[in-house]
Amino acid sequence: MKIRRLSLTSMIVTLFSLVVALAWIFPLYWAVNTSLSVDTKTVQVPPSWFPVPMILDSYEYVIKNTSIIRWYFNSVLTSVVITAAVLLLTVMCAYALSQIKFRGNRFLFLAILAGFMIPGATNVVPLFMFMNKLRLVNSYWGVILPQLVSPLAVVIYKQFFDQMPTELSDAAHMDGAGEMRILFRLFLPLNWGITWALAIILFIASWNNFFWPYIVINSTPMMTIPIGITQVQSWYGIAYPRQMASAVLAALPTVILYIIFQRRVAEGVAITSGIK
Amino acid sequence: MSSEVIEPTGGPTVRLHRRRRRTPWGTVLLLVLPFIIVYCAFLIYPTVRVITLSFTNSDIAGRGHFIGTENYVRLAHDALFWASLWHTIYFIILTVVPNTLVGLVFALMIMRLHRLRGFVMALLFLPYVLPVSVVTQIWIWVLSAAYGIINFLVHLKVNWFQDPVWAMPSVAFVTVWWTVGFNVLMFIAGLQAIPAEYYEAAALDGADRGFRVFRFFTWPLLWPVTSLVLVLQLILQWQIFNQVYLLTAGGPFNSTIVVLMHMYVQAFTRYRGGYAATISIVLFVLILVTSLLQIRLVRFRRAE
Repeated sequence: MKIRRLSLTSMIVTLFSLVVALAWIFPLYWAVNTSLSVDTKTVQVPPSWFPVPMILDSYEYVIKNTSIIRWYFNSVLTSVVITAAVLLLTVMCAYALSQIKFRGNRFLFLAILAGFMIPGATNVVPLFMFMNKLRLVNSYWGVILPQLVSPLAVVIYKQFFDQMPTELSDAAHMDGAGEMRILFRLFLPLNWGITWALAIILFIASWNNFFWPYIVINSTPMMTIPIGITQVQSWYGIAYPRQMASAVLAALPTVILYIIFQRRVAEGVAITSGIK
Repeated sequence: MSSEVIEPTGGPTVRLHRRRRRTPWGTVLLLVLPFIIVYCAFLIYPTVRVITLSFTNSDIAGRGHFIGTENYVRLAHDALFWASLWHTIYFIILTVVPNTLVGLVFALMIMRLHRLRGFVMALLFLPYVLPVSVVTQIWIWVLSAAYGIINFLVHLKVNWFQDPVWAMPSVAFVTVWWTVGFNVLMFIAGLQAIPAEYYEAAALDGADRGFRVFRFFTWPLLWPVTSLVLVLQLILQWQIFNQVYLLTAGGPFNSTIVVLMHMYVQAFTRYRGGYAATISIVLFVLILVTSLLQIRLVRFRRAE
């Protein structure tokens, strides 16, 4: 009797959760639905719930008549460079802080910790002036350079390196390995898990970054994807199917990354937010 | 340092003397300098510069001269600044607690699932990985006045993002929709960390009714996570700009202008670099105070 009651409640909970979750992402379905429909269907009452007949005209239009391919390229380039550079810079710094004793080690670590408290958004005015002076406004470097600062990644790597057994690096030192070799041949491969999680989080964050690229880029061909698609809106008024097509195209890379690397993303979020 | 020089290849003695090895400065600098240079150039320098700028009448190219505290006096009398500060606080009230509560409810719901746990979790988290402009474009369409699907379903004709009453709550709602997945993830991590023995003990005490278990066991044990979620959001939402800018552009009638938007307009459309820096300073101080609060909370957590 009790078992039956239990399974009934759990069935209700399951059903309820499923309904809530599907309702939650309904706007995403609606965007896809609209993007696959003709313009006239957007003003139809009652609305059409399914993209029948399914047409790809809006996608074709957006790809042919906007710079979306170029925006994709810009986003891929800047996000990949930012992700790779941040990982390289932070893993090296964290290794030195964790494994090598040197004068100023502790001070340096505290100085990096203090950087946590500086919000990026309040620095954009002097950053823009700096980029202007370097003549990097409206360039890839202008987008990339200010996004390379990630004190958090240093602290996370250091925590992971601190947990490595000292016998390991002692043995490597005895075998005559230099610090660089130990870092890249031993420590980094042993910490691929956290590196992957960080890489995906960093990539999604820089792909999605809006505020800084919006400030530093001022010409259509140099825009990254999140900035570019706001242009589709201003150029075509309320042509919703085209707007939704550009939104779907802009969302695809991070959505696909998330679907493939769901566990890693969850792990990365937990580690970077300080819960683990 | 007076340690003897020992070659890394020097055999078993290396291990004995490892702690007294001479600092390999070349390697250390090679490892830390790239990060330090980037850190100083793009974080420390701008932070110092924003302070000095706030005492000048610089334009956006940085040309100007020292004017003392004039910007601060002006800020104190800037009605739009005070309005933007209030709108930011209003936005925080509308998002931080609701977003935490919805996240908690979703997490508790997901914890009761078995086979569908990963799937439901993935659906609720999905909006969080979208770029902000994708989120706003979708909601501008879904909530559009004339043909939006929401207005159709509830039989209304509200122009959500341009209505003086509904504009800010609508932006807040979109923000919760977009970011709640993060909170769900945090709460699930927190709930999974609660040992099962607590629940067994609770059941033995006769507290098998759902709400009592939650009230006297889950809620207090989860409080460290809850407070972390609250403070992380607070730090983030002080800097609210993107969604408001893209959904309402500060309207209608400046009713949704937030602090960072005021700074943005002063800096990049009015070219008042010095004055914009002054607005940044206020925001900086507010966030700094919140961060210090977070550090205290984390210490408190570790001490327990």
